[in-house]
Amino acid sequence: MAVAARKTSGGGRTDRGAAAETAVDPAVSEVPANNPPPFTEAEDLSAYHEMLLIRRFEEKAGQLYGMGLIGGFCHLYIGQEAVVVGMQMAANEGDEVITGYRDHGHMLACGMDPRGVMAELTGRRGGYSKGKGGSMHMFSKEKAFYGGHGIVGAQVSLGTGLGLANWYREDGKVALVYFGDGAANQGQVYESFNMAELWKLPVVYIIENNKYAMGTSVNRASAQTDFSKRGVSFNIPGEQVDGMDVRAVREAGQRAIDFARSGKGPYILEMQTYRYRGHSMSDPAKYRTKDEVAKMREERDPIEMVRKRLLESHKVGEDELKKIDAKVREIVNDSAEFASHDPEPDPAELWTDILVEVRA
Amino acid sequence: MPTDILMPALSPTMEQGKLAKWLKKEGDTIKSGDILAEIETDKATMEVEAVDEGVLAKILVPDGTDDVAVNTPIGVIAAEGEDVSAATAAKPASNGSAGEPPKGDTPAPAAAQAEPGQAPKVPAQPKAPSAVAAPPQPETVVDPEVPEGTEMVTQTVREALRDAMAEEMRRDRDVFVMGEEVAEYQGAYKVTQGLLQEFGPKRVIDTPITEHGFAGLGVGAALAGLKPIVEFMTWNFAMQAIDQIINSAAKTLYMSGGQMGAPIVFRGPNGAAARVAAQHSHDYAAWYSNVPGLKVVMPYTAADAKGLLKAAIRDPNPIIFLENEILYGQSMPVPKLDDFVLPIGKARIHRPGKDVTIVSFGIGMTYALKAAEELAKEGIEAEVIDLRTIRPMDVATVVKSVQKTNRCVAVEEGFPQSGVTAEIGMRIMEEAFDYLDAPVARVTGKDVPMPYAANLEKLALPNVAEVIAAAKAVCYRS
Repeated sequence: MAVAARKTSGGGRTDRGAAAETAVDPAVSEVPANNPPPFTEAEDLSAYHEMLLIRRFEEKAGQLYGMGLIGGFCHLYIGQEAVVVGMQMAANEGDEVITGYRDHGHMLACGMDPRGVMAELTGRRGGYSKGKGGSMHMFSKEKAFYGGHGIVGAQVSLGTGLGLANWYREDGKVALVYFGDGAANQGQVYESFNMAELWKLPVVYIIENNKYAMGTSVNRASAQTDFSKRGVSFNIPGEQVDGMDVRAVREAGQRAIDFARSGKGPYILEMQTYRYRGHSMSDPAKYRTKDEVAKMREERDPIEMVRKRLLESHKVGEDELKKIDAKVREIVNDSAEFASHDPEPDPAELWTDILVEVRA
Repeated sequence: MPTDILMPALSPTMEQGKLAKWLKKEGDTIKSGDILAEIETDKATMEVEAVDEGVLAKILVPDGTDDVAVNTPIGVIAAEGEDVSAATAAKPASNGSAGEPPKGDTPAPAAAQAEPGQAPKVPAQPKAPSAVAAPPQPETVVDPEVPEGTEMVTQTVREALRDAMAEEMRRDRDVFVMGEEVAEYQGAYKVTQGLLQEFGPKRVIDTPITEHGFAGLGVGAALAGLKPIVEFMTWNFAMQAIDQIINSAAKTLYMSGGQMGAPIVFRGPNGAAARVAAQHSHDYAAWYSNVPGLKVVMPYTAADAKGLLKAAIRDPNPIIFLENEILYGQSMPVPKLDDFVLPIGKARIHRPGKDVTIVSFGIGMTYALKAAEELAKEGIEAEVIDLRTIRPMDVATVVKSVQKTNRCVAVEEGFPQSGVTAEIGMRIMEEAFDYLDAPVARVTGKDVPMPYAANLEKLALPNVAEVIAAAKAVCYRS
C-alpha cells in the first residue's frame, strides 16, 4: 500500500530547488519543494479567509498586549497559519485537536468564537475559560478542542489518550496532536509514540518545526533534525511537509489522517514552518537575523502564496479579496471590542470549577 | 544433622500461603537447586528450591494445605543414612492459628510471630522480616451507611479493592484499568486478579513501564469522557507522572472554566512496605493533599477500601487513591451489599472515647488502634478517628471530638514537615483552640529517607509506644 511505503521517506523532500537558495539559515533551507495538487478556487478562498483571520487576530492580540489589556504569556502563531488550516481542511468534524501554548490559531481553525478567545486573552468573564485560563488554557468540548497546554510536551501524552478513547469507543475519530520542535525532545513524547504504535491508536502527530525552541535553533537542540524520523524506532511512518504551503499540508494531512482512521496506527507529519514573531511577547528574537525573517515573509508567506494564486490562477479580483480582508478585520475588531469591554470575572468565580460537585 | 525445610515468604509482607504441591516424595535424594514444592498465595505462585542436600526424610505439611504460616517447617532433609526421628522438633502439619480467618480483636499473626523460634538452624529460605508491627484487627465499626443486620463477610483489602473495580466495570462500560502488569500478570500485587478474564484486554490494559506516558494517556482519555483507573505499581513510580497528575488532571477543570474535567482514579500502594528502602517507601499523602483540584483517599479497612474505591471511580474528579502493601493481605469484615458506596470526604470515629482524640489514616490507624487498646488498660479512653479521606479533610469530625476530649494526637507514617498531621494540628488550632487543654501532638515517620536495615527501618517508622507516650503527654500523665 502506497501510504505505508512512504514511511520515513516523504515524497519529494530531498529536492530543495529554489527554496533552498533563497533561505538564509541552513535549518530554514530544509523546505521540501512539493508539487501538491492544486486547490479549487473555493478551497483557496476558504484557506485564505481562515489563515487571514488567524493572522489579523494575532496581530490584534499583539496590539492589545502592547496596550496592557493582555497580560502574562502570549505566544503568537503568525507565520505558521498554513499548518493548522491545512490540517483542518483534511480532518473530519469531531476529530480532536490538542496543542501546546501557541494555541490561538488552532482554536480559530477549530471554529471557536473569536470573541471568546480574545476575551480569554484579556481575562474577562466572556472568555472560553471565564478568564481563568488565559492564552495557554482554552478548551471547547463542542469544537473538540482539548487545549491549550502550558507544559511542553504534555499535550502529546494527553492527545495520545484522546486517541486511546477513540480506539476504546471505536468511534472512527482521529486525534490531531500538535507540538513543536522543542517539545519533540521531551521523553513523554516517545513513551506516547510507543504506546500509540503498540496499540495502533488513531493519532496524527503534527510536529510544527518553526526552527526555534524559544531562542534555541533546531540545530543546537536536536541531534536528529529530521523530525519525520522521530518515530522510526517505533515503526511510525513520518514525512516532512512544506508547512508554508497550505495545499501541501492538506495533502499530507489527508494521507496521515486516512492512515490513522483506517486502524493502521499513528502517523507523524513534520511541518516545516516559520514563526515570524518572537517566542512570546517579551522575546526580542536576537537569535536570528532580521534578514532571515524578512526573506521568509517575502518569499514563503503562506497567505501571500494563496493570495497570489487567487489573483493569478483563479482570476479572482482584488475587490473580492478586499472584501474578505474587510470581513476578517471586522470579526477581529469585534472580538477586540468585546474583549476590551466585557467585565472581569465575578470575584466569586475564584472558588468555582475546582472540583465537579458530587450530589449525594 | 537433619535440616528443616521452612515455608518460604514470597515477599517481605507475606504471612502465610498454600502448599500447593510437593514435587519430591519422601525418600527422594535432594540436590541443591532441586525444586521441592510449589507454594501459592493470593498474590503469586512460587517454587521452593532446595538449598541443602540429602534425602527428603519427612514431609510435614502435605499437598494442598492452605494457610501455612511463613517459616513453618514443611519437611525435613537428612543426610544419607541419618536417623530422622532425631531430627525434628517441628510440629506436624499446618499452623492452625495462622490458618483461621482472624476474628474479633485477635491480632493477625505477623510473619515474625510464626514461630521461627523453635524451628530451624538452617532456613531453606530467608526469614520474613519483622520490621513492621503487627497491625491489630479492627473491631467491626459499622458505617451509618450500612443497614443494621447486614451480613459481614471477611475479605482481604486486596479482594475488596478488586471487587470494587469489578463491580464498577460491570456497571459502567466507560471504566477501564490500565497500568503495569495489571492484566496478564494479574497485578504486581494481585489487586487486579481476574479482571482480564472477566473484562478482556481492551478494558484491562497492560502498559509498558512508562509512568509519565501512560498517566498522560489516562488523563487524555478522561478528558475525552472515559473513566480510567490508572494503577501505579507503587506511588513511588508516580513521581515520573506527577506532572500529568497535577498540571493536567487536577487543573484542567479550573483552567477550562468548568468545561472539561478528568474523571480518573490513580491508585496503587503508597508508603513503606517492608525492607524496600528509600525509593520504594515514600508516603505521598501530604504531597497530593496540597493540591486543589484533587481528592485524596487513603483507606485503612477493607470495607472502606471497597466503598471508597467505588465512590472514587464514580466521582467526576481526579482521585488519588493511596493503598498500602502491608494492608493488602489483612482480612477484615466487609458488608455484603449489592452496591456498597461510601462518601468521600467523611472521617469516621473508629473507636469512641472521651479522654484524648487520636487522629490517623491508612496504616497509621494500626498504631493508633493498638495504642488506644493499651491506653484503655491504663484508664485512658482514646477516641480514634480514621480520616479516610485526606482531601477534602473532614475537619468537623475532628474538631467535634476535640471539643469533647480537649486533647489530640495526630499520627501518620509520612514525614513531619508539612505533613498531614501538621495540617491537622493547624486546623485544630484555627477551629478549636479554646477547647484545647494541651498542645496538639503528632507522631510521624522520622525526618530521614527510609533506611534498609531492619533495625533502622523500625526506628524510622512511628510505633505504638510513641503514640502512647504522646497521648499520655497531652493528658499530663506519665
